[in-house]
Amino acid sequence: MHDTPDIADRHDAVCVIGAGASGLASVKNLREQGFSVDCYERETSVGGAWNWRHDRSPVYAGTHLISSRPLTEFPDFPMPDDWPDYPDHARVLTYLERYAEHFALRDSIWFGTEVVSVTPVGDGRWDVTTRSTGGGAERVQRYAAVVVANGHNWSPKPLSADASAFRGRIMHAAAYKDPAQLRGRKVLVIGGGNTGCDIAVEAAQQATTVWHSTRRGYWYAPKYVFGRPADQVNAKLLQLRLPLRVRQWLYHRTLRLTVGDVTRYGLPAPDHRPYESHPVVNSQLVYYVGHGRITPVPDVVRLEGSTVEFADGRRVEPDVVVTATGYLPRFDFLAPELLDADEEGKPDLHLHAFARRHPTLAVVGLVQADAGLFPLAHWQSVAVARWLRLRDTDPERAALVQQKESTRPLRSWTRLHVVPSSRHWFEVGFTSYLRALGDLLDRMEATS
Amino acid sequence: MSSRLLRFEDWTSPVPPVRREVFSALPHPDEGEPPLLFVPGLGHGGWAFREHWLGHAASRGFAAYALTPREHGSLRAYMHDVVQVAAGLPRQTVLVGHGTGALVVAHALARYPARAAVLAAPVLHGRPALGAALRVNPLGTLPALFGGALTLSRKQLFSAEAPDAHLERLTRTPAAVARSLVTAPEPAAPVGSPPVLVLGSPDDRVVTRKALDRTAARYGGAPLLFPGMGHDLMLDAAWRDPIDAILDWLVKELAG
Repeated sequence: MHDTPDIADRHDAVCVIGAGASGLASVKNLREQGFSVDCYERETSVGGAWNWRHDRSPVYAGTHLISSRPLTEFPDFPMPDDWPDYPDHARVLTYLERYAEHFALRDSIWFGTEVVSVTPVGDGRWDVTTRSTGGGAERVQRYAAVVVANGHNWSPKPLSADASAFRGRIMHAAAYKDPAQLRGRKVLVIGGGNTGCDIAVEAAQQATTVWHSTRRGYWYAPKYVFGRPADQVNAKLLQLRLPLRVRQWLYHRTLRLTVGDVTRYGLPAPDHRPYESHPVVNSQLVYYVGHGRITPVPDVVRLEGSTVEFADGRRVEPDVVVTATGYLPRFDFLAPELLDADEEGKPDLHLHAFARRHPTLAVVGLVQADAGLFPLAHWQSVAVARWLRLRDTDPERAALVQQKESTRPLRSWTRLHVVPSSRHWFEVGFTSYLRALGDLLDRMEATS
Repeated sequence: MSSRLLRFEDWTSPVPPVRREVFSALPHPDEGEPPLLFVPGLGHGGWAFREHWLGHAASRGFAAYALTPREHGSLRAYMHDVVQVAAGLPRQTVLVGHGTGALVVAHALARYPARAAVLAAPVLHGRPALGAALRVNPLGTLPALFGGALTLSRKQLFSAEAPDAHLERLTRTPAAVARSLVTAPEPAAPVGSPPVLVLGSPDDRVVTRKALDRTAARYGGAPLLFPGMGHDLMLDAAWRDPIDAILDWLVKELAG
C-alpha cells in the first residue's frame, strides 16, 4: 500500500481500533469468521492498558489482577495453570503477547498508527482516516465495519474539587508507576475504587503518613474467603442462581465474619447494599487502617496552597496527592451521535457493544463487571463477528435478529441498582451479561 | 448453549495443575508450520508416539509433541491438560488424538480453536467400544465393570505383524477413569471451525467400522482407512502410512 490521498477501498475488511486485550480478541474472532482485518494501534506493541511501556497504561509496578485467573483468562486460551491465583501485570502482558503470537495476530496489526477519524459513508461502510504517530500524511481507507477497542481506562476523570490553587504535588493514579514516588512522603490518596485502595496500601508500606479520602463507605471484599479466591466463591453463588437478596445477605454475613465491622476501624459504613457498587477487592486496606498506617478521611472539599481540607473540616498538608478518580471513555475519532452519547459522553449501546443506529459499528470491552474483562470482551467480539457475518450471508434473518434484539429488556443484561456515578456507566453482572450474549449467539446460530 | 459461556465448573473448581510429561521432536530448520500435539488414549502414554510418529513428523518439518495423561485423571482433567499444553505452544496447534485420546481431543476442540484436528481410531462413544472390548478381551475388560482396572490385550490393539515389545509398556487404567470416558457426554461443536480428519482401520478390534463412519460423518466426511492395521496405528508395523497420510492432508489443508 502507498501513501495516497485517494480512498483505498478495503472491501469486506473490518477495521479494529486498538491492540489491547479487547482489540486482540476482536482481531482473532473476526479472522475466525473469515474476515480480513486491519487493526490500528498507536503504540508499537500489543497489550494496551497492560503494557506499562505505553503512554496510556494505568498499571504501576505493584499492579495485580483483582479477579482470579479462571475468571480472567480468555475462554479459549487459558493462562498457565501453574500461575498464581492473582497474576501481576507483567504476567498479564506476557499472556497477551503470547495470545497475539499464538494466533499470529500481528500480521493484521498496523503499529504506530493512530486513528484520526471514523466517518460513515452511508451504505453501512466507513471511511477510516489514519496517521502514523511519528507524523506524516493522513490516509483514508474504506471498511465494511468498524470495531472500536480503544479501552476506557486511560483518560483520567478530573477531580471534582478545584485544585488550581494547590501548590503541592498532585498526580492522577495513571501517572503513578513506582512506590519510590511515595517513599518517605506524606501522601493523600483520593478515591475509593480498587486503584485508590491499592495505591493507599502501597503508600502504607512506603510513605511516612497516608490519608485515604473516599466519598462514601465501601464493602471491602477480601481476595480470599474460605481459603478460595473470593470471586470463585461468588461464582458458586451465581451458579446456584440464588436471588440477589439472598446473595446480598450472604455477602454481608461473610464480610462480617471475615473483615468485621469496618466502622470499628474508623472507616465509614457503606451507604449502599452489597453488589450495588463495583466490587472493591482488597484484603490489605482494612489491615493497614487497623495498623494506623492509613488514616481514612472523607471527601476533599478544597485544595489550596499546601493544605487539603475535607468535608468534616479536617485539614492536612500532604507532600503528594494521588487522585484515583477513575477514567472516562473517550472516542475522539467518532462523532458522539454515532454512539448515541449523551452530553456527559456516556455512549448508549445495545449490550454496551452494538451501536443502535449503525449495525456495522461496535465497541468491544466497554464493560465493568464483577469478573475479569477478557471473557466478556471475547464473547462480545465473537457476537460482533457472527453478527457481521450473518448480515453478509443472510441479511433478512439478520434484520429479524436485530428486531428481536432491540426488544431485549435492559434489566436482563445490565445492573440497574447501582450507585449513580460514571464509574457505574457500564456496570454489568457478568453472568447475566454472558447469558444475554449467549442468547444472542444462539439466535444467530439458529438462523445461520 | 449457556454452558459454553457460563463455565461455572471451571470458575468455581479449576482443575489442579500437575507436572505434565511432554515428549517433543523439533524440525531443523523450523519453517513455521503449526505444531502437532499427539494425545494418547487409555493405557498409553506419550511414548506411544515417540516411538515413530514424533520423529517422522519432525523430519517432515512439523514440530511434534506428545502428552502423557495424568495418572488419576478424568475426561475433564485430560481435556484441561491438552488445552493447557496446546495454548503453551508458540503457534496455533494441530491436535491429534488416538483411541480415547480422540475423545479427549474432540472435547478439547470445543475449548481451544485448533489449527486442525485428527481423530485416529477414535473411541468417541464408550458403549460400542465397551461391547467390542468385552467380545475381544473379556478377562481384561470385565474387572473394570466392577471397580477393577481395565487391562488391554495384544489382540485388541495390534495386528499380527506388530512387534510384541509395546505390550509391556501398556498401563492398567483405573475403573473410575475408564468410566468417566465411557459415560462422557457428546462433545460440543469445535470452536473456530478447524478442519477435522478421521482415520482408522477396518480391522480395528476396538473401534468398529460403524463407529468410525459415524464419527467421520459427524465431522462431515468419510474415514481414511488403513486395512490390515490394528487399533494402535502409531505402533503397528505399517505405522508410516497413517502418519504420512495425516501430514499430506495437513499440508493440503494449510495450503488451502
